[in-house]
Amino acid sequence: MRLNRHVAGWLMATPLSLVLALFLLLPIGMIVIVSFWGATEFSIYPAFQFDNYEFLFGSPVTYSVFINTFKYAVVTWFFTLTIGFTVAYFLAFHVRSLTWQIALFLVCTIPFWTSNIIRMISWIPFLGRNGLANSTLISWGVIDEPVEWLLFSDFSVILTFVHLYTLFMVVPIFNTMMRIDKSLIEAAYDNGATGFQTLTNIIIPLTKPGIMIGSIFVVTLVMGDFITVRFMSGSQSANVGRLISNDIALLQYPSAAATAVVLLATVLIVIAVLLRFVDIRKEL
Amino acid sequence: MDGKRPRSFYVLAAVFTLFLIFLYGPTITIAILSFQGPQGGLTFPMRGVSLHWFYDLFEQQAVGDIWGSFSRSLILGLMVMVTTVVVSVMGGLAFRKRFAGSGLLFYVIITSLVIPSILVSLGVGLIFNQLGFKVHWATSGFGSQLTWTLPFGLLIMFAVFNRFDKSYEEAARDQGASPWQTIRHVVLPIIAPSLIGVALFGFTLSYDEFARTLLTAGSYNTLPLEIYGMTTNVTTPVIFALGTLTTIFSFFVIGVFLLTVWSLGRRRSKQGSDAGKGMV
Repeated sequence: MRLNRHVAGWLMATPLSLVLALFLLLPIGMIVIVSFWGATEFSIYPAFQFDNYEFLFGSPVTYSVFINTFKYAVVTWFFTLTIGFTVAYFLAFHVRSLTWQIALFLVCTIPFWTSNIIRMISWIPFLGRNGLANSTLISWGVIDEPVEWLLFSDFSVILTFVHLYTLFMVVPIFNTMMRIDKSLIEAAYDNGATGFQTLTNIIIPLTKPGIMIGSIFVVTLVMGDFITVRFMSGSQSANVGRLISNDIALLQYPSAAATAVVLLATVLIVIAVLLRFVDIRKEL
Repeated sequence: MDGKRPRSFYVLAAVFTLFLIFLYGPTITIAILSFQGPQGGLTFPMRGVSLHWFYDLFEQQAVGDIWGSFSRSLILGLMVMVTTVVVSVMGGLAFRKRFAGSGLLFYVIITSLVIPSILVSLGVGLIFNQLGFKVHWATSGFGSQLTWTLPFGLLIMFAVFNRFDKSYEEAARDQGASPWQTIRHVVLPIIAPSLIGVALFGFTLSYDEFARTLLTAGSYNTLPLEIYGMTTNVTTPVIFALGTLTTIFSFFVIGVFLLTVWSLGRRRSKQGSDAGKGMV
């Protein structure tokens, strides 16, 4: 007896659906519910009130924190895209043997499989007041005394984001570049296109899906982050993730939940916009 | 385009080298600094060279429960790895044919990938608290981590099955193989190398995951949580020593996986087997 394909599909997808239902959808539902609850200093109680949202939208802090979050996302996106595209372009079009391409690609991706927190910490001896960057600049005579803004500033936050997340740009962009038919590029050269023209007229348009997928990763990772901003800004800057984690630390779960709902909505809207430019399933 | 390399090659090669220095430089720096002498601080200069900070790691009371958290992270990583491989393969197979609701399920997978990690942590934590369950790394922590590893596993499986040559399966069916036999003897051997990739993602993403376990691990920390705790109250190079050791461990794990893929490929080409080749 042959199973109906819908039944067969769902049977195979049951474990997946169960995990996602229990640990993704249910928790999202719970956050939405709790965002209407009330809180005392020690506990939370069921209610249906809009206090948390009223407070959230009534506070000027919220807006500046959201703007800050977008700022981090846009600046990080710009740098990861520029660096990621260049690296992928070099690997895909300038490295000639497949073995070398794979080897160098692996070298680029290995840090992805190591700890983010460790990679974050490892910037401290570099950027600190007496760190490598300052002492090098002093010995070169570029500056007279240590610059303070290298560590615990927006600079170090963005530097760390770029350090952590450029890989998420390199991988999808490299993946789409490898699928570009090389004869298209030769055709462009044969017709007299310069290297730059080939880049803007052929390679960039054909790489767009990879760029979009990379952008989705980077933007969502930066917007949802709280630990990098806390750690690398020395608790001096805030983004939405930190707002949530601060509320959690104070056991103000309903207020954290309300902020989380707004953050999730924002992220999903951004993703929906980006997804209009790319069909992910086709690009894999 | 043969022969001499264009000038742009050298410029880009220089950029690429700088990128690698940017990528690995800090890690190498803390590796060096972890050999600080006993009087040394968190930055250069080195005040002597010693294994002092590594010894410190082995003294329980000095820095908390490092080894307990390491073994928990290891077990959790293996649990997540096995689950991710099994669930991703089943999910990948399911998605080869459209079924009612498959589009919706796909978007749920994407949501799982893009949702800020702290939301998963918060939501799962809230549910466990309200139901009166205790959060524990092997239950709530385990489930929360799966919402991060499964999308990666599934994306790999989708990519694999998009390139899968269906004629191998048809051949098996024509020869009278049952659906299970087809999967067991034809499909699985062909996708085996990619499964090692999925396992690598499952293990390492779990082993390093921090935000999703923050509120779901309960009273026993995993290693990343332990390290996170150390960042706030440890001001000696002992944290670099720990960082160096766990990075070396990660490299070791990655090496084992890559070596497995490589030796699988070699054994196959030696035996003239065409398993693993059925990709278009």
